[in-house]
Amino acid sequence: MAGVTDTAAESRPPGLARLGFWMALVALALLVVAPFAIYPVFLMKILCFALFACAFNLLVGYVGLLSFGHAAFFGGAAYFTAHSVKVWGLTPEIGLLIGVAGAAGLGLVVGFLAIRRQGIYFSMITLALSQMFFFVCLQAPFTHGEDGIQGVPRGRLFGIVSLDDPLAMYFTVLVIFVAGVLAIWRIVNSPFGNILKAIRENEPRAISLGYRVDRYKLGAFVMSAALAGLAGGTKALVFQLATLTDVQWQMSGEVILMTLLGGIGTMAGPVVGAALVVTLQNYLSAVGIPVNVLIGAIFIVCVLLFRRGIVGEAVHLLSRRAR
Amino acid sequence: MTTANPILTATGLTKEFRGFVAVKNVNLSIAEGSIHALIGPNGAGKTTVFNLLTKFLEPSSGRIHYRGQDITRTRPAEVARLGLVRSFQISAVFPHLTVLDNVRVALQRPMGLATQFWRSARVLDTLDDRAEELLEAVNLKSFLHVPAAEISYGRKRALEIATTLALDPALLLLDEPMAGMGHEDIDRIAALIRRIARNRTVVMVEHNLSVVADLCDRVTVLQRGEVLAEGSYAEVSGDPRVREAYMGTEHA
Ligand SMILES: Nc1ncnc2c1ncn2[C@@H]1O[C@H](COP(=O)(O)OP(=O)(O)OP(=O)(O)O)[C@@H](O)[C@H]1O
Ligand SMILES: [Mg+2]
Repeated sequence: MAGVTDTAAESRPPGLARLGFWMALVALALLVVAPFAIYPVFLMKILCFALFACAFNLLVGYVGLLSFGHAAFFGGAAYFTAHSVKVWGLTPEIGLLIGVAGAAGLGLVVGFLAIRRQGIYFSMITLALSQMFFFVCLQAPFTHGEDGIQGVPRGRLFGIVSLDDPLAMYFTVLVIFVAGVLAIWRIVNSPFGNILKAIRENEPRAISLGYRVDRYKLGAFVMSAALAGLAGGTKALVFQLATLTDVQWQMSGEVILMTLLGGIGTMAGPVVGAALVVTLQNYLSAVGIPVNVLIGAIFIVCVLLFRRGIVGEAVHLLSRRAR
Repeated sequence: MTTANPILTATGLTKEFRGFVAVKNVNLSIAEGSIHALIGPNGAGKTTVFNLLTKFLEPSSGRIHYRGQDITRTRPAEVARLGLVRSFQISAVFPHLTVLDNVRVALQRPMGLATQFWRSARVLDTLDDRAEELLEAVNLKSFLHVPAAEISYGRKRALEIATTLALDPALLLLDEPMAGMGHEDIDRIAALIRRIARNRTVVMVEHNLSVVADLCDRVTVLQRGEVLAEGSYAEVSGDPRVREAYMGTEHA
């Protein structure tokens, strides 16, 4: 695992940060015009998974903790949001808040139990706990078992804007995505983020300087879970559906794949990875090729050939040239 | 300076690693305001004693008191917060952070700038003056923006001392602070230690005996996990058992 998470620590020349800023602006501009050319539901799916992967990356890329249970937060929030807007008739933004709060609560429990373990043990505990949550979702009446919560109303944002309009829904999702990514950016580049970096670099040293490292890790874990929940709740509104698929362990695997493919510990990597995986899934299922086999193969090639991921390799090349 | 007023005491400190006793029934009393050396041959258990005192290892038995408070079961981060801060034998810097950032990490907590996740890291610039002052004292002012991984070993040790001092600890435990340094640097760090010890207590592991003779008020000699001798440098160095231990001749 140490090898996987090495890349984030690389120091990057300032020119590259400026380049990243301009590329983010261009990407945002493209996302603003994209729904007029591309099917909005497809774009929204990408944005939801991209935010999910960014939230996951906050933990693996900047704290060095590989969670194997993030589906619980993503899928759990989807259920919470879906239930609150459908059964309780709440507005979508309140539904999302409940989803985020629920995911954060779950994150607090899972994180508390897992954080004291290192490496693979940490991953195993997150996996085990998320599996337990999966069985809760399978049995609990409010999730409706195999059927899931269907026909979730998108409702009116703040009671005013009807999200049944595809463009209104799209731009809401875009705003949520941008806000989520900015939040992650802020966390990573904050005083708190600086301590996370120090802990990743040399945990015993951080402890010896008086940092209660478990609390910092738990804090980051809860933040990551909450943001994954934001992505999951949003997805439930977009697809008007919350099902077991989103809490299954395969979903935890998928987000790892997206993040790894795009580049762990880079801001843009998870977005690129998510876009790639979602696009592939869509095309492949249309053509009829077994998706999992191909994605597995891509995963292996990626790990063997460019371990830093797509964005990670690009950053590496550019910063080498800049020296 | 008497042991009447110890800042740190250890009684019957013992550490076993799966049957191997690395530290055996060690009693230590560190007088407040003193510079206390812990010496002994390689593998004597000096670093293990440091790990026990700072709670990086749980003792198999024995008790540790810091300023009258029992810290035998206290967690390492809490020990550091009480003012008992250590450095590491194997240089412990944050390798990909710059020299300046290394010190800023230490300053963040006492300045209350460690948990704010909603603010820009730019607020940490307010720590620069203090950090530069600390780095000046260890002669690292010209390396402020160099990643810590890229400076020499001796300078890493100096950086570690500056980082430790950033916490303004009441009791410093330095594990071979001068290992890997040249003569000039040794003199500078020795002078620095003497200066900082004016208003705090220092325990140091050191192999360089002339430094120990010069700097330390009291010396404890460890051998095979046990205290072999304790006293002033003159007393200890006159002890035939200590001489034997240092000649490397093993007991039968
Ligand atoms: N975690 C551990 N597990 C098992 N044995 C250990 C452990 N840590 C230390 N030891 C053993 O305990 C003994 C004392 O080691 P320690 O590092 O404390 O010695 P030291 O006096 O600091 O030596 P040096 O001068 O080489 O730094 C050694 O024999 C070492 O192999
Ligand atoms: Mg040692």
